[in-house]
Amino acid sequence: MIEMKGISKTYRVRRREAGLGNAFKSLFSRDYTEIPALRDMTFTVPDGQILGYIGPNGAGKSTTIKILSGILRPDSGVCRVDGLVPWENRKEHVARLGVVFGQRSQLWWDVPVRESFDLLRDIYRVPEPTYRENLDRLTALLELGDLLKTPARMLSLGQRMRCEIAAALLHGPKVLFLDEPTIGLDAVSKLKVREFILEQNRLCGTTVLLTTHDMQDIDALCSRVLLIGKGQLLLDGDTAQIRAMAGEDLSTEEAVADLYRRFGI
Amino acid sequence: MRQYWSFFKMRLMAGLQYRSAALAGMSTQFVWGGMEILLYRAFWLEHPERFPMGMEALSSYIWLQQAFLTLFALWNWEHDILESVKTGAVSYELLRPTDIYSMWMARSVANRLARAALRMVPVLVVSSLLPSPWGLRLPASPAAFGVFLLSAVLMVLVVCAYSLLVYALTFYLTDPNGLMVLSVACADLLGGAIVPLPFLPDGLRQFAQLTPFGSMQNVPLRLFTEDIPLSQAPAVMGLQVFWIVTLITAGYLLTQKGLRRAVILGG
Amino acid sequence: MRLYLKFLSIHFRSAMTYRASFFLSCLGQVLITTNVFLSVVFLMERFDSIGGYTLPQLSLCYAVILAGTSLAECFARGLDAFGRILSQAQFDRLMLRPRPLLFQVLCQDMKPAMFARVLQAAVMLMWAIGSGAVAWTPQKALVLTLMILCGAGVFFGVFLINACVTFFTLEHIEALNIFMDGPREYGKYPFGIYGKPVLLILTFLVPLALVQHWPLQFLFGRGPGWYGLLPLAALLFLIPCGLLWRVGVRHYRSTGS
Repeated sequence: MIEMKGISKTYRVRRREAGLGNAFKSLFSRDYTEIPALRDMTFTVPDGQILGYIGPNGAGKSTTIKILSGILRPDSGVCRVDGLVPWENRKEHVARLGVVFGQRSQLWWDVPVRESFDLLRDIYRVPEPTYRENLDRLTALLELGDLLKTPARMLSLGQRMRCEIAAALLHGPKVLFLDEPTIGLDAVSKLKVREFILEQNRLCGTTVLLTTHDMQDIDALCSRVLLIGKGQLLLDGDTAQIRAMAGEDLSTEEAVADLYRRFGI
Repeated sequence: MRQYWSFFKMRLMAGLQYRSAALAGMSTQFVWGGMEILLYRAFWLEHPERFPMGMEALSSYIWLQQAFLTLFALWNWEHDILESVKTGAVSYELLRPTDIYSMWMARSVANRLARAALRMVPVLVVSSLLPSPWGLRLPASPAAFGVFLLSAVLMVLVVCAYSLLVYALTFYLTDPNGLMVLSVACADLLGGAIVPLPFLPDGLRQFAQLTPFGSMQNVPLRLFTEDIPLSQAPAVMGLQVFWIVTLITAGYLLTQKGLRRAVILGG
Repeated sequence: MRLYLKFLSIHFRSAMTYRASFFLSCLGQVLITTNVFLSVVFLMERFDSIGGYTLPQLSLCYAVILAGTSLAECFARGLDAFGRILSQAQFDRLMLRPRPLLFQVLCQDMKPAMFARVLQAAVMLMWAIGSGAVAWTPQKALVLTLMILCGAGVFFGVFLINACVTFFTLEHIEALNIFMDGPREYGKYPFGIYGKPVLLILTFLVPLALVQHWPLQFLFGRGPGWYGLLPLAALLFLIPCGLLWRVGVRHYRSTGS
């Protein structure tokens, strides 16, 4: 279970004007601009739910993900994932967590994918039988087959994304964060990835937190959607509710765009 | 001619923007220069009679070396040019109504000047304030200063012509890195970067002076410190001119031939 | 440790996929340091000795520094390139894995080409030993080993400081090269040659003289035996470096930049 209660985070950005004189001045006096990224964020995600987390760029999505995964320490508020405080019990926490960043790779570039997987097995200390079982299952579901022998740099984006998802699940995490997992993928790959996420959730009861700009992802996967803007939670419901709020019979895409406008974000 | 000049200006402006990098580089140059001088100081105090040049001349040599480092250092390659030759993108340059070799030359000279212009001033100012014999001293005669400036111009041309020859050879090599690594090592050894040439053993020293590397920093720095007397200036500068002509001719011909090849191969 | 070796083998094989450039980069590394040593050879040709040191003794001196820097550069490459690890958000990824962070940073990047320099150092060392630079005893052999290993330790600390500064500045600070590239260049002579101020800085601030100048005095029979134990004292330098690393990670956690 993921719990966030009253989480706030403000970034202090040092302001520096261009130019040599100003660069010199900033050695002595610094101007900071405070940028609130999250304000009093509160929500709970029960085990086994697939949650869509949406909002325009800069709304605070990645800040939330970073706090939940222990990379960032919030200024105030309480956060627990299965009873652990992410930034205080980092190692125990991340051992039960899988994260996929759509825009970044965690595979080693020049070695065959299978070797990256073996390395992850060692990093996460996965017992051999568990590893074999997980790997076999993921290989079958994600149709990895021959890809395992290919160096990551030679994979297409769609192939790579399937490998990335497998890499994040080798240690059998109970919670999975997916940050734009379908970005840039072709239609076939997108469908495969979606199908797999549903399957994984159904078979293993994995809790999934999905951020995306692709509303079809949301339609296909999420039983619940959180809409955030300017660091605040604006809406907590399912896709039907979003469409209902926007009125008329808009697609989810249009409905969300309509909501962004209405909340002025 | 005008288009080269405007290209040159553009490069200069672009180079001048990396102020923070230049500032940071200067601090290391003070330390490097200081350490070099402390090192030779130890030798000088112990065996002044075996010193092939005066300590004051050597100090000036070292400070000038630090000040003009980016001007003559061979490792200051134009990576964009190398990349465009390696990938074959260079054939698009044929679309422009300019000669590619002169374009490369203008670009190399401009970049070197821009980088050096920023770094040299503080090093020159501070080092000339140091007490004798550890600081930078102007040559006694204005004539020596004049030939220094002239040979410095020739030096930049030698260095750039050599770099351009390497770029031209890249048309024919699968990997230019080996050539570049070797060139830099030779230039360090034979050009007077690791020790000034007067400190090299006989035989090697004379050989080094005849190579193109010996026509780089070695000449203007030693003319400035009057380690090479004015009377020999025509000879050493003549050699510089010889290398400029040879390197430019070779580089130009190889570039033309290489370009034709690249176009035939389809880039 | 097993995991570390696995990473090492991966980096080796990655380097080997581009075999030609791997060997060229080995060649390049060795040529640079060969040139540094040649400068010593030429000056000794002219002056015979400096500060009472002979060429074989200087060869030994440089071999120690060369081996130390190369080992540190090979294994702490991840700290040297830390700006890249931060800017490409690789550090976020490392925080998502259940292992100590510093350990992971070290695993992230290694530079096998540096082994060429370790090899070069070994050759120089053998030549120095063969030319009778030192009257060898078991204790002296032990001190030599300590000098190389602790030297690698001090350089590691310098790299660590560099990485910690990067947490705050987010870009590499060129001025730190003074302590990263400088010793490799100027460690060719015992630091005492450069005069007292330099020796003091390198004894008490960045204790490179403790792995080079002082124990060399013992090896060459010019100083008392306890000088031979000073390399161990140099390792104290790693304590503030380690603390600084913690400060850096804390800072990263609270800014997330």
